[in-house]
Amino acid sequence: MSEQNLDVVGQSVKRRDGIGHVTGKTVFVDDLRFPDMLYLKMVRSPYHHARIKGIDFSAAEKVPGFVRAFTYKDVPKNIYTILCLIGVGPDEEPVLAEQEVLYKGEQIAAIVAETEEAAMEAVAKTRVDFEELPAVFDVEEALKPGAPILKPWGTNYFVYEGHDCRRIRYGDIEAGFAQADYIVEGRYQPGPVEHAPLETTACIAKPEADGRITVYTNTQALYFTMDNTALILQVPFNKLHFVGGTVGGAFGGKVDVIVEPIATLAAMRTGRPVKYQFTREEEFHVSSTRTAWRIYFRDGVSKDGHIVARQVTSYADSGAYNRHTPYAVTKHAANISGPYTIPNVHVDVHCVYTNRQPSSAMRGFGVTSASFSTELQMDKIARTIGMDPWEIRLINAYRNGDIRPYQKVVEDATLVEAIKGAAKLVGHELPKWAQAMNSWDRGAATPVTVEG
Amino acid sequence: MAKMRGVGMSSVNYPTGMNLGGDPTQALLHMTTTGSFVITLASSDLGQGLKTVLAQIGAEALGVPFENVIIDTGDTDTGPHCMGTFASRTTHRAGNAIIMAAAEAKKTMLEVAADELEASPDDLETDGKGNIRVKGSPDRSINLVPMALAAHFKYGKTIGGRGIYFKPNTGVDPETGKMDPDSTEAHACVVAEVEVDTETGVVEVLSIKSAYEIGRQVNPALVEGQIRGGSVMGMGHALYESTNPYYPSPDHAPGGFFEYILPGPADIPEMEMVVLEYPSGNGPYGVKGFGEMTANAPIPAIVNAINNALGTEIAEHPVTPEKILRALEAKASRN
Amino acid sequence: MASKIVTFVLNGRETEVMVKPLTTMQVVLRDKLGYNATKVGCKEGACGTCTILVDGEPMLSCLLPAEDVEGRQVTTLEGLTPVDGLHPLQQAFFDNYATQCGYCTPGMIMVAKALLDHNPSPTREEIVDALSGNLCRCTGYEPIIRAVEVVAEGQDSRRPAMAERRRDKEIVR
Repeated sequence: MSEQNLDVVGQSVKRRDGIGHVTGKTVFVDDLRFPDMLYLKMVRSPYHHARIKGIDFSAAEKVPGFVRAFTYKDVPKNIYTILCLIGVGPDEEPVLAEQEVLYKGEQIAAIVAETEEAAMEAVAKTRVDFEELPAVFDVEEALKPGAPILKPWGTNYFVYEGHDCRRIRYGDIEAGFAQADYIVEGRYQPGPVEHAPLETTACIAKPEADGRITVYTNTQALYFTMDNTALILQVPFNKLHFVGGTVGGAFGGKVDVIVEPIATLAAMRTGRPVKYQFTREEEFHVSSTRTAWRIYFRDGVSKDGHIVARQVTSYADSGAYNRHTPYAVTKHAANISGPYTIPNVHVDVHCVYTNRQPSSAMRGFGVTSASFSTELQMDKIARTIGMDPWEIRLINAYRNGDIRPYQKVVEDATLVEAIKGAAKLVGHELPKWAQAMNSWDRGAATPVTVEG
Repeated sequence: MAKMRGVGMSSVNYPTGMNLGGDPTQALLHMTTTGSFVITLASSDLGQGLKTVLAQIGAEALGVPFENVIIDTGDTDTGPHCMGTFASRTTHRAGNAIIMAAAEAKKTMLEVAADELEASPDDLETDGKGNIRVKGSPDRSINLVPMALAAHFKYGKTIGGRGIYFKPNTGVDPETGKMDPDSTEAHACVVAEVEVDTETGVVEVLSIKSAYEIGRQVNPALVEGQIRGGSVMGMGHALYESTNPYYPSPDHAPGGFFEYILPGPADIPEMEMVVLEYPSGNGPYGVKGFGEMTANAPIPAIVNAINNALGTEIAEHPVTPEKILRALEAKASRN
Repeated sequence: MASKIVTFVLNGRETEVMVKPLTTMQVVLRDKLGYNATKVGCKEGACGTCTILVDGEPMLSCLLPAEDVEGRQVTTLEGLTPVDGLHPLQQAFFDNYATQCGYCTPGMIMVAKALLDHNPSPTREEIVDALSGNLCRCTGYEPIIRAVEVVAEGQDSRRPAMAERRRDKEIVR
């Protein structure tokens, strides 16, 4: 692409919403108030894994301001469909728990009341009878015989078209190891992280005079959330009208469709606006997190620093339910070889269920853990063979025209240029051969550049 | 007991677009008779600034001032389908959709102006200041508002456009993993310097110096905003943050900001950055998505720096003081 | 317990509300009076998002019972915004891209105002110290610190972003 004369693109124009933000006039979901609005609070499991024997709302119903309680029996189609909508299945998470809860904090019953305080009091007075069940928290323990089985299909892992993991098979891994001068192994454990935007997850579902429902929400994905809500409520998609687009930070934490379906159901059944907003504590204890991973590397490295074989076994801790994690697993599998060209790659990525709050999308989604582990592994390789960390990365850097382990031809690669840019910034002098590299021509003596 | 310094690096890629594709976004554009170009979307701005950046792309594609472009987003009745704001996709998808819509609108604009100026549309250009003029004869020009009024009241023409960007989902081979996961790749190389107190295990990140290659900067100040914000979030991952501090045990799960440590203003390192632009083949003006990469790249750079400082092989995050002290103990007992 | 009347001066105007005991100022401002600029971050005093000024002192409105402002001067971000234009702090935040999602911005500006009212020429360390009770998840804080420095130094509000000062560009083919 040739250099273009651009007038507006490339300019640091001021933010369109900047004045609204600095005057406090930008409107967020929590700033909306409607007459007759009800507040929804959720009865949640105190146990990591338990059977529900019964629910007793009699004390809750006596709380002044109590309006109505909802259980799974009230939900027309009591299943989250987020994966089905992106062509991945099966869906297995209930909107409200039926016979069993799989994580501490799981949603069991929704209570709507005239005030937030009344709803919270009614939640506290709801009696749920539980039978506690054994729980599993470790991804490798969850796959061993004898672990409590968490899924109706009889395993603790997501099935990828008949396989127990997402696979990458490229080249000949055994031949690769046979060629290697060094074997470098590593075990990496990136932990679960909370998005923690300053604005918590929220929506207000409001019945309109024409029979439709307007849902004001801070979701990252309006149509996706609306479609899921319609499927759960078994209403035509166009009965719903989703309004949002102004979000107080999200980082992947507002794309689980977790508040809209139940609030919309409550609005439909009561005929009144219903607000459901996560407290800060719910954001930390209940809302989905970044996936924790356990990643095992086995790399075959030649003495001149080339990674000739990479074998990875990776476990994603999906927590109690899928959410988006099976999808992250595929993205992780694609990126676990890093921005490097490796001729023999063998990857197994398992999506494992444990009795933990579910993990889902967060800024980086499967690639964060891939980048974390590959870059720590790169330094480990450098230490093992006695090579400079800059050089080992440049030696292995992918170039345009190379083939990725998922069999796509590399385009738009610029890793070499980014590394050289950083070296220049920090004043690190690269050897001549590195300075001569570029992402297009493995044999180039000089880079082809136009100084802009 | 000492303060040990170390340097660490990372070099990473980040793919643009929902993994495997199948994530279309549409844009609708119409010009009002008052001179505004309204681009209607159903995309969510999370704070990263799409309401600004997409207006810039629209203004560029139309050849009109930024001030004339209105982004109207966030309503599923008026805004056409957008898959959502995630996977660093929105500028790429919505930007391309807007360029397509703008091309359609611009064609009509130039036809109307051509009739008004008695020229051929091929001889006309927008001046970026609110006028359409004959190339080489700047005195023969028409302002956007009279042009729009002529379109509406004289010629009975609408000035508008529709656009969509769609990368089909071509699936994954379950045996080999063969797939086409992304539209393009952005890259980063980050160098972190840390100082570790071997008595307390406390880590201070002294500096984060980064080179980002992101195809094309639509708004350099907002790019800097993503790099700074992402670096601090990455630092939080590397040093402080976990919903299960004794993972895999679920115990001691923090329930609020007093227990879950986010970096504060006193924790931020010195930062320097350079942004490179190698336009992508399919991004709007060569844009590559990069908002997620800014949080990814610093994490291993910081942990590599800690290991460089201490001679340890810590292989997890967050690297809390407790983990550093345990790693130092383990190292001492090995020696 | 019976509701009581609390009278205070809000952004220069005499204001009277009737509240149940221990109703927080956050609730009074937002739900009773419709002043939405003061945001809700955690409701437990840990994030600084809800900061308002009471007699010029920054206070966390989520922990402040309304009774405690009886007879006092309360200032919110609405009170800073002039009829035309922006307060210098607002202008500096705007010019220096010190806001992304906007949620922490009101709290940050109120704390900065209190700082500059007490200490018109703070050092960078003093600015950082004053802001340390306020969390931001988007900006990485530097543009916010810079915005306050700019107002403190009485400078032209617009300082070029680092991305422009140090822009390095290579284009290939």
